[in-house]
Amino acid sequence: MITKRIIPCLDVKDGRVVKGVNFLGLADVSSPVKLAEFYSQNGADELVFYDITASSDGRKLFTEILTEVASKIFIPLTVGGGINTLDDFDRVLKCGADKVSVNSGAIKNPNLIAEAAKKYGDQCVVLSADIKRVNGKFTLFAKGGRENTCIDAIEWIKRGAENGAGEIVVNSIDTDGVKNGFDLNMLEAVCSAVNVPVIASGGAGNIDHFKTLFSTLPKVDAGLAASIFHFGEVSIKDLKEELYLNGVNVRR
Amino acid sequence: MIAIIDYGVGNLFSLSSSFKSIGANTVVTGDPEVIKKAEKLVLPGVGAFSDAAAKLRESGLDKVIIEEVKNGKPLLGICLGMQMLFTESLEYGTHKGLGLIPGSVVPMKGVVPAELKVPHIGWNGLIFPENKPKSKIFKYLNPGDHMYFVHSFYATNCEDYVSSKTEYGVLLTASAENKNVYGVQFHPEKSGEKGLLILKAFCEL
Repeated sequence: MITKRIIPCLDVKDGRVVKGVNFLGLADVSSPVKLAEFYSQNGADELVFYDITASSDGRKLFTEILTEVASKIFIPLTVGGGINTLDDFDRVLKCGADKVSVNSGAIKNPNLIAEAAKKYGDQCVVLSADIKRVNGKFTLFAKGGRENTCIDAIEWIKRGAENGAGEIVVNSIDTDGVKNGFDLNMLEAVCSAVNVPVIASGGAGNIDHFKTLFSTLPKVDAGLAASIFHFGEVSIKDLKEELYLNGVNVRR
Repeated sequence: MIAIIDYGVGNLFSLSSSFKSIGANTVVTGDPEVIKKAEKLVLPGVGAFSDAAAKLRESGLDKVIIEEVKNGKPLLGICLGMQMLFTESLEYGTHKGLGLIPGSVVPMKGVVPAELKVPHIGWNGLIFPENKPKSKIFKYLNPGDHMYFVHSFYATNCEDYVSSKTEYGVLLTASAENKNVYGVQFHPEKSGEKGLLILKAFCEL
């Protein structure tokens, strides 16, 4: 049976991984290539790279780095950040990305998901949604969580999946950075709305949070996190061992 | 030298990098002369069966591949490249394959339980048949090793040629082989260390 996936996420700005990285024995801790190699050798099932550069120079550097990563890492790579057009899809796919994650770009251009799915296949298009409760309703936010779109997040995701998004990343702004566990209520609402893989993001602080995630919500396919992996608070190997001992099917 | 056959389908960057990483000498080519000189062939592929099969035929490379395989040259088909090794595919109509492994490629929808998602995407374990020796390309693997799959169609009616299966509600063909022709449904170039070991074993044939 297909395994639950553990996915480290690397935010890359001007060619370096941001969000503190603190690995023992890793000399260049902010090198995307070195970190990607480390994760790939230590049990990550997939890697997500977010390009958070704003300048075109930074973007060029990002694609160069992506090419280098893709020539050295032989697990699936997902790329997001600044994906607004089919040309952006093309640019990162040519560098060796396997999947492309869209967020604000899909809000600005409602046809982007459908067009990309038609051209590259559903499996290539990931819809990443930043969601926050506003007056008790799951609401979609844009621009890295800074702008309230006033769009119903569950409806938005449903439509995205119908248009061909092959996978959904649910990033809860409410639990992000709090390290108190994933947003189970939000994830449950998304899981019951769509029949494509759902990736949980935001809130992981320890191994137990992943155990609770997969045992409470068997429909969730993957858990994504950044800083707890980067800081070495949770090692993916230990995490997977613990999940395995608790009956969760993982690749070891 | 190993020729990765380029017939205008998909991005061959990862595949060629993965061979490079294990020290294999590869060339990405659509040139029949280069393919004829190569010691081994790799047939990649993504997208729709009919498009890919048409492109292969238009380029005339289908005949070159069949001829080289007849001469005993090892061939590895990956994903859609694996599906094209079979007699036919029922992906949106009936399409002829290369006919190098008897069997047909059919949709997973209606075969796998309705609650499971199609395409079958993710890491899944290999099950080796008990009544056959392990395939030479799996010599470095253990039963249950996980590979990365992305597909909506699968090969069937090929029981005698199946070299591994994977469980997704039902048992699906994960790989098949017929003498010097090897096909893997999953992506060894995206399956981490274990995937590279399959490519290594293929290089060592």
